[in-house]
Amino acid sequence: MNSNKPAYNNRLGLKGWVYAGKYTFERYLYLGHRLTGMGLIAYMLLHIIETANRMRGVEAWEELMGLFASWPFKIIEYLLFAAAVFHALNGVRLLMTELGFFLGKPKEPVYPYSSSIKRHRPLTYIIMALAGLIIILGGSSLFFP
Amino acid sequence: MSDKTITPREITFRVRRFDPDVDSAPHWSEYRQHVHDGMTVLEALHQLKAEQEPTLSWRSSCRMGVCGSCGMFVNELPMLACQTQVLHLGTDVVTIAPLPNYDNVKDLVPDLAPLIEKHASVKPYIIYLDQIEIDEPTGEFIQTPDQREEFSQFTHCIKCGLCLAACPTVATDPLFLGPQALAQAYRYTADNRDCGMKDRIEAIDIFHGPYQCHLAGACSQACPKGVDPAFGIQLLKRALVLDNIGFGKKKSSVAKVMPLADVVKAIDEFAPPPRTVVK
Repeated sequence: MNSNKPAYNNRLGLKGWVYAGKYTFERYLYLGHRLTGMGLIAYMLLHIIETANRMRGVEAWEELMGLFASWPFKIIEYLLFAAAVFHALNGVRLLMTELGFFLGKPKEPVYPYSSSIKRHRPLTYIIMALAGLIIILGGSSLFFP
Repeated sequence: MSDKTITPREITFRVRRFDPDVDSAPHWSEYRQHVHDGMTVLEALHQLKAEQEPTLSWRSSCRMGVCGSCGMFVNELPMLACQTQVLHLGTDVVTIAPLPNYDNVKDLVPDLAPLIEKHASVKPYIIYLDQIEIDEPTGEFIQTPDQREEFSQFTHCIKCGLCLAACPTVATDPLFLGPQALAQAYRYTADNRDCGMKDRIEAIDIFHGPYQCHLAGACSQACPKGVDPAFGIQLLKRALVLDNIGFGKKKSSVAKVMPLADVVKAIDEFAPPPRTVVK
């Protein structure tokens, strides 16, 4: 290549991080794990600001609590709960795989190739089903106490 | 695969073009071409270049999935052009772009330098502490079939770079070592002849190291050789954890050197597997 011009920056950036496209289920879990992680960090900051309102006196606190009892906030609270459940259970899956569990053993690749991702997919489905069940049960107790 | 998808027919190729001498940004060009059953994307590109677009550039060599040169982003997935049959893609429009997450040199040519630099940074070679034995070998390093099986899968890497193009972490973190280098770090760390974990830790146990991987599995999906780099990264994480808590591979567990005379005596122990085809 004789050109002295710089190459084109072809890094996907945020789009490559967010858009899972034709990749497998685990790629979507990756996205969900990171989004819920960021959501939980954002909540932690908001929670500190929210509880700091107690310093403004009982009336201000009660007023704020009344606001949080409204439906829009109940829905936000439920989404937060769902994010926490998903992140925690998917985190357990990641911890187990990081320690080498449920991935099988390395073996000579023979076509059609099998991957550790496929081998631990039953665990993935079980954990996601469990997360779904907890989220549904949590929703019923939150909205229909 | 339905009959429709393997019927020879006209296919529209949407090819991303970029010439740094002329263009400030890439653009898409479309070409119609007759495709026959069994024709690979690489063959289609050769035909396109011969008949319609002589300036079209890409990189390829062996055309049999060994050299790893012809990695491209075909229909939004990283693939080797020589191993991908056009009609098996099942679409009437085939989009071909250069591998993402690498700089684009021209048309379909990515700059694979970061891949090679990251690969080199993890010390992808056997590190043996006994320099005298290396300089003046007295025998052979012994490795049983089971010991080889622990890392054999990862030796099949052809450095095509598809895994880095697929990795969502590499997309946003250019310093992330990536699936290829990390899987190769595991390949050498797991080798019983290697005692380089301590040396290698400096390069891999870093912020942009294996813990940035959250098992998206895209690298393993993209790998054309069944290397399963995501698996290598998870095993590397385990090796690092074990090393950090003091249960890592000890120096005493490295391969013994067997004098050549003893190798001949022990030949039965390392005999090849039984014949599978009867004469």
